[in-house]
Amino acid sequence: MAVDTLEPRGMRPRPFFTPRKIIIYSLLFFISVYYLFPMYVMIVTSLKSLDEARGGNIFALPIKVTFDPWFKAWDTACTGLYCEGLKVGFLNSMKITIPSVIVSVLIASINGYALVNWRFKGSEVFFVILLFGSFIPYQVMLYPLVIILRELHMFSTLQGVILIHTVFGMPILTLLFRNYFASLPPELFKAARVDGAGFWRIFIQIMVPMSLPIFVVAMILQITGIWNDFLFGVIFAGNQNYPMTVQLNNIVNSTQGVKEYNVNMAATILTGLVPLAVYFISGKWFVRGIAAGAVKG
Amino acid sequence: MAEATLAAQSKPEEISTRPSLLHNIFLRNLSAKIAALPMVLTVLVVFVGCSAWSVIYSFTNSGSLPSGKFVGFAQYERLFKTARFVGSAENLALYGVLSLVFTMVVGFLLAVLMDQKIRFENTFRTVLLYPFALSFIVTGLVWQWIMNPNYGIQKVAFDLGFTNFRFDLLTNSDTVIYGLVIAGLWQGTGFVMVLMLAGLRSIDEEIWKAARIDGIPAWRTYLQIVIPMMRGVVITTLVIVGSGIVRLYDLVVALTQGGPGFASDVPAKYVYDYMFARGNLGQGLAASTMMLVTVLIILIPWAYIEFGPKKNK
Repeated sequence: MAVDTLEPRGMRPRPFFTPRKIIIYSLLFFISVYYLFPMYVMIVTSLKSLDEARGGNIFALPIKVTFDPWFKAWDTACTGLYCEGLKVGFLNSMKITIPSVIVSVLIASINGYALVNWRFKGSEVFFVILLFGSFIPYQVMLYPLVIILRELHMFSTLQGVILIHTVFGMPILTLLFRNYFASLPPELFKAARVDGAGFWRIFIQIMVPMSLPIFVVAMILQITGIWNDFLFGVIFAGNQNYPMTVQLNNIVNSTQGVKEYNVNMAATILTGLVPLAVYFISGKWFVRGIAAGAVKG
Repeated sequence: MAEATLAAQSKPEEISTRPSLLHNIFLRNLSAKIAALPMVLTVLVVFVGCSAWSVIYSFTNSGSLPSGKFVGFAQYERLFKTARFVGSAENLALYGVLSLVFTMVVGFLLAVLMDQKIRFENTFRTVLLYPFALSFIVTGLVWQWIMNPNYGIQKVAFDLGFTNFRFDLLTNSDTVIYGLVIAGLWQGTGFVMVLMLAGLRSIDEEIWKAARIDGIPAWRTYLQIVIPMMRGVVITTLVIVGSGIVRLYDLVVALTQGGPGFASDVPAKYVYDYMFARGNLGQGLAASTMMLVTVLIILIPWAYIEFGPKKNK
């Protein structure tokens, strides 16, 4: 038959199960298992009773699923003297994170805008020092900052820790916004300028509406970063405002009493829940955020 | 002489046509300057001012409060005679080298693996990167549980009959640093992978074609062509990972609290303890200045390569 003599055209269809592919996918599978098993261990442990958590295998599924550890972690777990659970820390973390994210993103976006469109003498110098400042270990600046905040009557207050987050979030966020605004066509700015619009009007009516993606990236970066912070919370927030990470550490690493591993694991998951939710919902935006921070413009 | 008079004559005219110098410095783009005030204050007060304050006061005999009495390098001499500080620096050095080498190598290999035109790339990336969204506190506490000799992996192996199997890195002062490294790798390799993957993707497909035509094996193409071309990304990643290592604090607090003894103590923890718990500010400031020096040692060569003279690109 004629069909048999025809040479096949185009690429030869490749079988899916080539040895190379089998190796790649099995490698990826084992690596994924390594990355996932701690999360799995956390979840199954948090659903076991204390006896089962202490007596059994950390990998085993719970024989009898119980949500008591979760309620206990949230409501009654003890940090030192107080036994009010993580809900206090959750609320504090909210009170710290929300204003810090808003203030820091706002200030950094204005910085980036001024650095690109309204350069003044020395503005680039300040920017370079700002970038290098992000590499200075926080420990070098901690004590003088304590003194400054004390003088401003902001030490051990929510405002104080919000200010600190704004300051230390500034380098990376300013870089992010500066690079983004620099990539916008300069004609936009010039046209608005010719039409008589001023600094704030151009920012609010032209720049902000055009840069919503970068605002999203900046917010993702800040929400996860500030929620996960431990050092600034422990030093600047004060006992009554300790964020969730500090409370979690106090619950788990408190030395007195029997260690309730199931409650600890429930508490650990609860603390990781907000950044994880942000991560899974934002997907590619999160990746964009961390890549944008690293690739210089 | 004639020139001088000419200049003198033309000067008043120049001033009258242009806004005054004072006006120029302070009032031009006034809104922009007001808007940039937070940045200027952050730079001058925090990054420059606070750092300078700490360095200067590290030369005083400050106790629980800052003191104005300068004692030269006495705090530093004491610092380097304190076994705890020297130990913490050694711990950080060991952690730093292991962590840097492994995150870079593993991160790069993962990126190469992800770059093989695989299916479900997004799923795999999500899995490898999610620990990076978690805090060091969460990371530390999970691994503390997994590495607990009485309940964790060691017990699982024991129950399976491997009675000689040991996975008690955290309870042994010789191995506790390796425990820190394992937990740190779990948290941080995804981040390096993402950056490296971005680097790999930025390389022109033509380079790969050319290498294939020349019959160069893939591993050599990576080693001798692709990595040198990714130099920028690699160096930036090194600097970010490196300065993160110097700051290492949260992970230690959550995973080991610096123990057993001081076997996993790090300079950042030493600084915190001396400044805020022990009321020995001078020691804390001297130790923090040493951290700054370490960062500068990492940063200055990088800045020179990146922004220094004779830049090719």
